[in-house]
Amino acid sequence: MKIDEVPQQADDIYEGETKVVYAVGRDGKLATASTQGWEAEIEALKDAVDEIEQQAREAWQRARNGDTSPLEYHMLHQRLDVPMLAQAMGKFQWQIRRHFKPNVFNHLSDKRLQQYAKVMGLSVEALKRLPDTLETGEPQP
Amino acid sequence: MPDLSQFQHQQAAHCETGAAAGLFRAHGLDLSEAMVFGLASGLTYAYLPFVKINGLPLMAYRMPPRMILKMLSWRIKGLKIRFKTFKNEADGQAFLDQKLAEGELVGCQTSVFFLPYFPKEMRFHFNAHNLLVFGQETVDGESQYHISDPVFSHTVTTDAASLSEARFAKGALAPNGRLYYFESVPESIDYDTLIPKAIRFTGKANGKRNITPISGVGGMKLVAKRIEKLEKDSKRYRQLFLGHIVRMQEEIGTGGAGFRYMYAAFLQEAAEKLQRPELNEWAEAFVATGDEWREFALLCARISKGRGNHTLKEAADFLRRIADQELVLYNQMAKFK
Repeated sequence: MKIDEVPQQADDIYEGETKVVYAVGRDGKLATASTQGWEAEIEALKDAVDEIEQQAREAWQRARNGDTSPLEYHMLHQRLDVPMLAQAMGKFQWQIRRHFKPNVFNHLSDKRLQQYAKVMGLSVEALKRLPDTLETGEPQP
Repeated sequence: MPDLSQFQHQQAAHCETGAAAGLFRAHGLDLSEAMVFGLASGLTYAYLPFVKINGLPLMAYRMPPRMILKMLSWRIKGLKIRFKTFKNEADGQAFLDQKLAEGELVGCQTSVFFLPYFPKEMRFHFNAHNLLVFGQETVDGESQYHISDPVFSHTVTTDAASLSEARFAKGALAPNGRLYYFESVPESIDYDTLIPKAIRFTGKANGKRNITPISGVGGMKLVAKRIEKLEKDSKRYRQLFLGHIVRMQEEIGTGGAGFRYMYAAFLQEAAEKLQRPELNEWAEAFVATGDEWREFALLCARISKGRGNHTLKEAADFLRRIADQELVLYNQMAKFK
């Protein structure tokens, strides 16, 4: 990649931040160059964000219908998945999935709820509650 | 002890090499990021189907986190890097404060998700982000940390609670508050023996002498095979997988093509230091494969979006071609004296 070929496709997702890449200068030497973004990369990032938001939306709907616990929605909203949450909690994945059952979730001990809340950076009240409207946008770390 | 009054923040292409270069700079040794990357033999490829990120297999384009710092401390005589982890947050923060008060430049392993200065959409649970903390002050009764994050163009400040959360994030590669600093630094580096050794290592680890099937050139071929098999998967998974390849390759943390360019920069520097012109040729070759990697990412993106009439077979063959080109290079590098 030549220095004047370094892509400069700025996008809102980067909030004005730039990155550095190495590119070949006119003298044939590699040097660092600043880039605002590359379309292929921006698209892939957006797709990944969309995918997890889509999953969170589905979980919210199911939680609304009482088919799953708010835990599943909060997990996805915080951009976690079952293996990651299981690892963070020091539990097996099936145990986490079991807690997705509303009946099981409603009977979790305060200690367990606190542990979940801490791992996900939420308060216990927020964890137990399903938001009335679907929050799209910033996860709350 | 580093001289922090002279410390200059410099934006780097990658966090770990950037952090290491920053530490060297603060200790008065002028090592470029590319030189750090090359000396640590950071360049590789690995396909880890059993490590899943959001359900998709991990592909890495460099050595695992911390390996670069460890390699440097093993290879460079007189360089001592102290790593430390903590059982609880209070201890971790107290130790960081103490080191900062002593005037130390401290590297921290953190989770991107909890760092408030990161753009919102880039905050994923990635637990091996490196940054340098160079100061602490109390503003309005709140503790603030001054951070030189290698991948940012400017220095940033973060409140104590966020930094602590980021340092003690849970999950895969959990940092456990891990921090590091240089305990002793040599006055100079013996490039004449280190550079050839590092180049040979990279050649052996990735070329025909590498016996593991998932790393190096073999790993690339495995991914090519996997791409062909995507034909049998659902359309959604196919799209996600291809998008995932692009992300793994181009985003902060893994940066596939970027690492090829960075390695080329190292080879150019090495050519000058050792007066070995053939290294310049290899540098050019790595620039060429870097370009191909980018082309490959574009191809994956196009297939994933259904643009143009590209087939999965085409992408797989493209990747095999890159693998073959790199194989020739690695095999030559393995014999470099």
